[in-house]
Amino acid sequence: MSNGAVILQNISKSYKTVKALTEINVSIAKGELFGFIGPDGAGKTTLFRILTTLLNPDSGTATVEGFDTVKNYKSIRNIAGYMPGRFSLYQDLTVEENLSFFASIYNTTIEENYHLIADIYKHIEPFKHRKAGKLSGGMKQKLALSCALIHKPEVLFLDEPTTGVDAVSRMEFWEMLKKLRSQGITILVSTPYMDEAALCDRVALMQNGHVMTIDTPNAIINAFPVKIYAVRSNRMFHLLNDLQSIPETEAVYRFGDVVHYLSHSKTFDPLSITRHLDSLSHTEITVNQSVPTIEDSFMLYMRKSDKFNISQHDN
Amino acid sequence: MKGFIIKEFLHIFRDLRTMLILFGMPVVQVLLFGFAITNEINHASIAILDQAKDEVSMKITDKILSSGYFDLKAVLTHPDQIEAAFGEGVIKEVVVFEPGFGRKLEKEGKANMQIITDASDPNTANLLYNYTSGIVRDYSREMMENKTPPMQISIESNMMYNPELKGVFMFVPGTITILLMLVSAMMTSISIAREKELGTMEVLLVSPLKPFQIIIGKVLPYILLSFTNAVVILVLAFTVFGMPINGSILFLLLESILFIVMALSMGIFISTVSQTQQQAMLLSMFVLMLPTILLSGFIFPIENMPLPLQILSNIMPSKWFIIIVKSIMIKGLGITYVWKETLILLGMTLFFIGLSVKKFNIRLG
Repeated sequence: MSNGAVILQNISKSYKTVKALTEINVSIAKGELFGFIGPDGAGKTTLFRILTTLLNPDSGTATVEGFDTVKNYKSIRNIAGYMPGRFSLYQDLTVEENLSFFASIYNTTIEENYHLIADIYKHIEPFKHRKAGKLSGGMKQKLALSCALIHKPEVLFLDEPTTGVDAVSRMEFWEMLKKLRSQGITILVSTPYMDEAALCDRVALMQNGHVMTIDTPNAIINAFPVKIYAVRSNRMFHLLNDLQSIPETEAVYRFGDVVHYLSHSKTFDPLSITRHLDSLSHTEITVNQSVPTIEDSFMLYMRKSDKFNISQHDN
Repeated sequence: MKGFIIKEFLHIFRDLRTMLILFGMPVVQVLLFGFAITNEINHASIAILDQAKDEVSMKITDKILSSGYFDLKAVLTHPDQIEAAFGEGVIKEVVVFEPGFGRKLEKEGKANMQIITDASDPNTANLLYNYTSGIVRDYSREMMENKTPPMQISIESNMMYNPELKGVFMFVPGTITILLMLVSAMMTSISIAREKELGTMEVLLVSPLKPFQIIIGKVLPYILLSFTNAVVILVLAFTVFGMPINGSILFLLLESILFIVMALSMGIFISTVSQTQQQAMLLSMFVLMLPTILLSGFIFPIENMPLPLQILSNIMPSKWFIIIVKSIMIKGLGITYVWKETLILLGMTLFFIGLSVKKFNIRLG
């Protein structure tokens, strides 16, 4: 995929004491809706800042639409739309003033590109004379997206656009992104919410500055190597530790209000969980096989990279 | 660019605090100074030394005393008594007529009188002199109407104790300087730091705007507002205190614009080294305000400072601006006398503009 819209090659970046990104290689196709999924501190924001020319990488090269982020940063600044993690709006300006300001710095007007933002902007247009600081989180998000879109960017960078926004607005927002993709805009989104991964064409799972895997959400889930059992009992507090003590255990972790149990044995019998817990005087035990999700994959990859790190230390 | 400037004006007009600092403070400061330094004269104690005692000198004396501003405390008979009269501290002014005052005026068309004031309170001294000489000029104008050969009463002013009138009207040049510095430098540095703090700078940087466009967009509104401020202060100084503007007003305004641009470029420089509004504010306070007040000669005369501080005062732009304003307003001098100070300011301006454009980061961190 050498003619991708966004290509990162061996990108590394360190701050004074922290290694924020290590050897990142990603290639994103034109018109793709690509997600960077990972918890806080995974390096998502640093990655976005390198791609939007706000930071220079320590090593490696990155290109956006063929332009190098270091040498041709000016060209990228003409074609990129960027929505930083905090909604960077002028709180003391009204909705309309914010939008027309961001249009003006790209030498365009609201009228000229209204069709691009119409779907999104029509939600907040009734409040166009309200100050941006007085908007709800969801409305701020829509305004910030409108501002990032008003100059008809070819690539859109959205850094945690759904953080701090209610569930309904989050769903609406992803609907909008799907519509934008159908207009041919390449969209890069970062999010700490695992459930949003399924809404992307492809995702990169990130942890501690590493990309653990890149694939379509379905492929990641299908590649899940073992069965998952969702376990409950009356003593949820002790459940984690008690399950660890089963000999065939691969991993045990909380998942919502249940505990997910993974075994490395191919011939594992789920009844052994019940028996084991029973012997430790748990009651109301339920064990159900569960369909893997991106979050399960993420936990497994995280364990692998942790083991990898530990073995590295041992050497 | 136009959009940027409009946006900046909106920020200013929407923020009550900014508006108060911009427009409230100058008025309050100037008025505070105005009322702290009395400018009204009521029943000032004076003495008269009339060595002529003729019709004209008596008439002038009458006119002065009947004006209501002055109380006659002593009638002197000999110049030696003048010093003693002031020594008691009650008499603030002595009016002296030369011997044969009226006769000389009649025959030679010219006579001399002297107004001696106690300049240890320089402001009062100046006012007393202005009031008295005004009355005398009025009188001579009346006389001239019916006399064909022009007659002239020449008044010699003599300040006791503080002949150079240090401190007189110092507050207006000083206030203008401080306010322009504060409004221009602090306000711009805060407004740029705010963009950094709120993260909007990130979006501006990712846009095709060039650094100089961002800087000009930030600065232009403040040039206009600071200029308005300077005019407001001058008008107040002129109307409330009777501060003279002896030199060219146009030249004074041009020098003010130069100083405003200088202060703004310092403000931009400060904002390039600070990340938050608070940092920018503190830096402006300590780097700009305190030295301006303490080292510019506004409050403490530079000649009285220890040598190291005197040398240090040379790098204070405000010192040079105060010299310029004083020269223009009080001494009525033009560019031929203050070109050196103007050049220094110009140099400092270019230095800071260059530095801030260079330091202005096209990226983060």
